[in-house]
Amino acid sequence: MTSSSLALPLRAPATLARHPLVERYAPLATTVLALIVIWYVAAVAMNWRLVSDGFEREEVPYTITDVLSGTMDAERPLLPAPHQIVSTFFDSVFGYPPLAPRSLVYHSLVTLSATLLGFVLGAAFGIVLALMIVHSRVLERSLLPWIICSQMVPILALAPIFIVVLGALGLHGLLPKAIISAYLCFFPIAIGMVKGFTSPDPLQLELMQTWSATPRQVLWKLRWPAAVPYLFASLKVAITISLIGAIVAELPTGAEAGIGARLLAGSYYGQTVQLWAALVAAAVLSSGLITIVALVERGVARRMGAH
Amino acid sequence: MSIVSDPTVRLRPDDDPSSPATVDSAFTIASEPSSRRLVVDAQNISLTFETADGRVEALSNVSLQIAEGEFVSFIGPSGCGKTTMLRVIADLQQPSSGTLLVNGMSAENARLARSYGYVFQAPALFPWRTIEKNLKLPLEIMGFSEADQQQRVERYLSLVNLTGFERKFPWQLSGGMQQRVSIARALSFDPAMLLMDEPFGALDEIVRDHLNEQLLQLWNSTEKTVLFVTHSIPEAVFLSTKIVVMSPRPGRIIDIIDCNFPRDRSLEIRETPEFLKIAQRVRTGLRAGHSYDE
Repeated sequence: MTSSSLALPLRAPATLARHPLVERYAPLATTVLALIVIWYVAAVAMNWRLVSDGFEREEVPYTITDVLSGTMDAERPLLPAPHQIVSTFFDSVFGYPPLAPRSLVYHSLVTLSATLLGFVLGAAFGIVLALMIVHSRVLERSLLPWIICSQMVPILALAPIFIVVLGALGLHGLLPKAIISAYLCFFPIAIGMVKGFTSPDPLQLELMQTWSATPRQVLWKLRWPAAVPYLFASLKVAITISLIGAIVAELPTGAEAGIGARLLAGSYYGQTVQLWAALVAAAVLSSGLITIVALVERGVARRMGAH
Repeated sequence: MSIVSDPTVRLRPDDDPSSPATVDSAFTIASEPSSRRLVVDAQNISLTFETADGRVEALSNVSLQIAEGEFVSFIGPSGCGKTTMLRVIADLQQPSSGTLLVNGMSAENARLARSYGYVFQAPALFPWRTIEKNLKLPLEIMGFSEADQQQRVERYLSLVNLTGFERKFPWQLSGGMQQRVSIARALSFDPAMLLMDEPFGALDEIVRDHLNEQLLQLWNSTEKTVLFVTHSIPEAVFLSTKIVVMSPRPGRIIDIIDCNFPRDRSLEIRETPEFLKIAQRVRTGLRAGHSYDE
């Protein structure tokens, strides 16, 4: 009797821990919680001097509690506290009409348009390059080194050159940003698709030969479908890279709008909270984009018989 | 390439009409290849590779004639060139010398004319296509009409007893079923020949027996010419009208054995003295070619 009444409360938490929802999200929630705690501690530590110096400059008496609360809502903290970032993020997302210049939605849309255009251009370019490389030994030898070289030059150094050259050609605004973004994101797609187009089994290729398939039929009925898993793997990498490319492209142009412009303005004027809010916007945008690619991938994989 | 021999010439001068299997009346029909058209006519085919270890003679002076409707097995240890011979006939590899006529034309033209269906050791189905779509693949490539494709899918799936699996994906089928799909796929465009490279090599004994029987029925009902590579003596004797025994280093033919059991034979004939006698002759041939060395 007593042992069973004792056993019951012991068993209850065990089943709770095995609940599918808990099993799935508990590890993630724990890490997030730990990060937030570390962040708060770091915010106190990093902003302490700033706040206490401020009190001393104004020659007002202060207590440790005053400083502590000061580190939590400083106007230009070295490291803003999480709640500051969250509230600024929500303010700038929902506090203005979406197309107002102070709205993060507006800036995100500007960056998003360059990202998507760059992504499409880069993906197309990468796939065409991969096709050329797969179909010609000569092209493989002549193109591949240049493709690899193109990624060894830091984009921050190249971006201003691109902007100047394209500006001289009369291209302004969206297109130069998209081109810089495409320049970054074609690479993983080209490499991934070379691998993908050459992934068919030798037997499958020989079967096509026994049926006297034309090179075009081999491409559409064998190489393309075989490359699809590789395509999605590289698209996921490419979409985040193209977002980074679009943001980087906004930095040297002195763009007036876009996440990059917000980052630049934030760092000019020491608006760290705004800077972080823009970073959060970039992170949200990029995880949203990856999610979309992943969903499309899942749909396509299901249609192609994945199990 | 020029034709060297007269296609009406007798297959082998030493065709022995008094061979043990002649008792059955079906034998006389199957044993009259001379009246039939030649689908393979190979004269002195040689094929050498240059490898890091020097020259390898994969095929050395191989001459072979196969008439329409025959079931020919190539048997021999690995490295004897039996697969190479099949690939040469399929124009997947080109001989270094010799003349070869397939279906009355060069091997390349025969391939371009889609004269044969090829079955590999692995089913090599396209994993992203359903069984139905896998069967349609060669038909799509060859430009059959949509209605014709559908009709053929139904006909050939039922021929290999897989009706009802149209919408399954390859991974949902067992190895033996997948191999049957690949046989149906090879037959779907109605080629004159079926080339099979150890198609049941990766399957277990029971499945293999079962598929052997099915293949025999298929051959009986379609009257295709089948070229079949194997390293199993019972399989070769059970299936074939003609057994080509090959030997390695250099790859060559050391014996051609006629083997004329009735077309509708069953697995039980494997216990008969005639069967064992032919199996013994194949084994002797293999031994004579030093196949059992090492």
